[in-house]
Amino acid sequence: MIRYHILICGGTKCENSDCKGVISALEDSIKHNGLENEIKLVETGCHGLCLSDPNSIIGSLGTVIVVYPDAVTYAKVAPGDIKEIVEEHFINNRPVKRLVYDEAINGENLFSLNETPFYKNQSRIALKSCGIIDPENIDEYIANDGYQALAKVLTEMEPGEVIKTIKDSGLRGRGGAGFLTGRKWEFAADQVSDKKYVCCNADEGDPGAFMDRSVLEGDPHSVVEAMAIAGYAIGADEGYIYIRAEYPIAVNRLEIAIKQAKELGLLGNDILGTGFNFDLNIRLGAGAFVCGEETALLTSLEGNRGEPRPRPPYPAIKGLFGQPTVLNNVETYANITQIILNGAEWFASMGTEKSKGTKVFALGGKITNTGLVEIPMGTTLRKVVEEIGGGVPNNKKFKAAQTGGPSGGCIPASLIDTPIDYENLSAVGSMMGSGGLIIMDEDTCMVDIARYFLDFTVDESCGKCVPCRIGTKRIYELLKKITSGLGEMEDLDKLEILCNHVQTASLCQLGQSAPNPILSTLKYFREEYIAHVKDKRCVAGICKNLLKYIILAEKCKGCTACIQVCPTGAITGEIRKAHIIDQEKCIKCGACEQKCRFAAIIRR
Amino acid sequence: MKIIKIKNIAELNAYKEKAKNKFAVKENGGMKIIVGMATCGIAAGAAPVLEILNEEIKSKKLENVSVAQAGCIGLCQYEPIVEVFESGKEKITYVKIDAKKAKEIVNSHIIGGRIVSNYTIGEAIKNL
Amino acid sequence: MKKKMTTVNFNGTQEQEAMLAQVIDEYKNVKGALMPVLQKAQRIYGYLPIEVQKMIADGMDVSLEEIYGVVTFYSQFILNPKGEVAIAVCMGTACYVKGSGDILNKISANIGVKSGETSSDGKYSLEATRCIGACGLAPVMTINDDVYGRIKLEEVDEILARYKK
Repeated sequence: MIRYHILICGGTKCENSDCKGVISALEDSIKHNGLENEIKLVETGCHGLCLSDPNSIIGSLGTVIVVYPDAVTYAKVAPGDIKEIVEEHFINNRPVKRLVYDEAINGENLFSLNETPFYKNQSRIALKSCGIIDPENIDEYIANDGYQALAKVLTEMEPGEVIKTIKDSGLRGRGGAGFLTGRKWEFAADQVSDKKYVCCNADEGDPGAFMDRSVLEGDPHSVVEAMAIAGYAIGADEGYIYIRAEYPIAVNRLEIAIKQAKELGLLGNDILGTGFNFDLNIRLGAGAFVCGEETALLTSLEGNRGEPRPRPPYPAIKGLFGQPTVLNNVETYANITQIILNGAEWFASMGTEKSKGTKVFALGGKITNTGLVEIPMGTTLRKVVEEIGGGVPNNKKFKAAQTGGPSGGCIPASLIDTPIDYENLSAVGSMMGSGGLIIMDEDTCMVDIARYFLDFTVDESCGKCVPCRIGTKRIYELLKKITSGLGEMEDLDKLEILCNHVQTASLCQLGQSAPNPILSTLKYFREEYIAHVKDKRCVAGICKNLLKYIILAEKCKGCTACIQVCPTGAITGEIRKAHIIDQEKCIKCGACEQKCRFAAIIRR
Repeated sequence: MKIIKIKNIAELNAYKEKAKNKFAVKENGGMKIIVGMATCGIAAGAAPVLEILNEEIKSKKLENVSVAQAGCIGLCQYEPIVEVFESGKEKITYVKIDAKKAKEIVNSHIIGGRIVSNYTIGEAIKNL
Repeated sequence: MKKKMTTVNFNGTQEQEAMLAQVIDEYKNVKGALMPVLQKAQRIYGYLPIEVQKMIADGMDVSLEEIYGVVTFYSQFILNPKGEVAIAVCMGTACYVKGSGDILNKISANIGVKSGETSSDGKYSLEATRCIGACGLAPVMTINDDVYGRIKLEEVDEILARYKK
């Protein structure tokens, strides 16, 4: 019985691409496997996929074969591939993925980023012009509707209408807690004061998050314009952008943008002849993570130690220099002009019930496509990991996703279908934060990750309040104890109690959210903590004190390469005989494992 | 464009139209080349790529072709990224470009109309 | 992070002082301008010794303790200048086990500078760093941009001699 029909192109074009060789290899292989009665080879005309016309955007696909009844199309087939196709596909019924012509990826728009799964699943609002326009040229920004939103609010809208539009859009702060932006503006607008301020938080401090930097480097005018709009809405004539000194390119482009806007009269006095005045200043941070917290940032802007203060009063009531102040982060501002131009309804049509619009994530860690992605709120984690991110590389298993940096938590693989929005992320014990999204695979130790984030928090705690200053340090010590193999079961309870105290008693979000990485890993990966404590075992093979480097005698060739590289002289052995690692002397630096060419050294 | 203050909406719109013409990809074979020049791009070596593209376009007197920098295009591991826009066609995304590859793109694609498929995003994805 | 005051003699020039005065002048009446002034002062002098802090205190009419408080709060403000010969010895586990502690002590004795300090003539600075990820080369140190691996104690004086000119 014929099981498969193989259609192979005998068109002239394919003859250029080793077609004859493929046909004879197929015939040989079919015969060799005794499949003559099961597989029929059909030579056809051109499939139309292999255009080698230089002007075609498809380009040459080489020899193409199509297998029926599966309708699997293989492209760029070489004679050397045939053995694999015959054995895997025809005998084991497993199509050879590597060679499959996939329209989604290799179709008509093979060469454009826009058609890749990475891009197709994104919706770009905040990043609309990022990577498209020249950030140092205001003319190109204006050519792409730049300053039209400012013109619209100044000439067609009352400040109250602007605030209502932002409120109706449902836009929430993209920097962390997710407070409604329109409400914030309304509070500040309601204050009676002859001086108000508009500030921008560009002190992006989460390790692994860089969306704000990208917006400022790629589209700085969108933030400048939005701040002017906010100024009009609340009645402010001056603004400050507080930006990390570690972002020199972003600072430079912002400076250029402000200068250009001033030259054209789009900042300054009497903007567009409407009598509205607005001016912007840039201030650089000096390396203090806590300054991402709003009250600390404002204190730092005033020229003081950047320590937070209790709220209320909220900055909208009493902010910079004691005046009513609106403070939003970069990504929040980057949405404003689009909302003004396209309307609140347009923005609110995207996302979920309480989280509207899109969110930019910095996708990183153990994922195929690392980069910046902007997705509608409510997109599932699965879609981000598997489609946009292209999955976890090296055939490893997806273990967890970490959102929100040192303030967030880890979402386990069992919750991969969680739609990403503010509510859902808090419900699973994480938070949106600024948008870092780190993917972890089976080789990541969850206890070690918690320890890593606490190390960061301890270093960055400003020291003003006791729960954060001392509490985070004690949490860190407990985690260190567990990862060193000295943990006891009661430490897990102590950790939980301590975390709850730090969470409730700390002055600002830095301390309040610092326990999230521990609490979420304790909740979803408790068995890993227990393995560290009871079995003195780190499953992922990360915690140095709990692992051993071992030489597999049967694989060791006795080449002495590891002996030479070992910094502590822990490895002994004679040439051409299996070597041994003295566990007492080994400091687990891994140099031997890297040096071994025979994969004879393993971690356990 | 000379710097004059934009004093009202009508002037802003006039300015916009002028700017639009300036940045539009010219019809009949005109092209626009963009180089991603955010921190990640620059760190990966985008600056010399931008420089060589500018030089090539100038020395080969390709008047219909413009070169510009842009911000982050979004795919960090493929930097430096160069994109070619041609009117009426889908843009072409080249990844991991260096000075030598940039020259090849100018000669083959910009002048000869033949896309250098080996350097495109599609090829990079397939070879993952 | 704890910051130590420097023992390096301050030798700012008239030129630098004039530049600082100009910065102070520019910002004197700007609200909340202490941070930009300190940032610019650090660009002028390379670090912020107490002498510079005093000048800023006088110029800006802010108390010295307030300025010192701000300077020590932010990690980017530095109190100790880097030496012309900036030495960093890796104290990662691998290096430490291979005797980088002894090497640090030997260097310290040789140049007369303690870890974390800068010699008072500004010639040498010495610091103990965290693991720099070159464990296979342990023990490791860097001098300016040069990396030295597998250093033996007896080689230290010879290496340092290359920088004594």
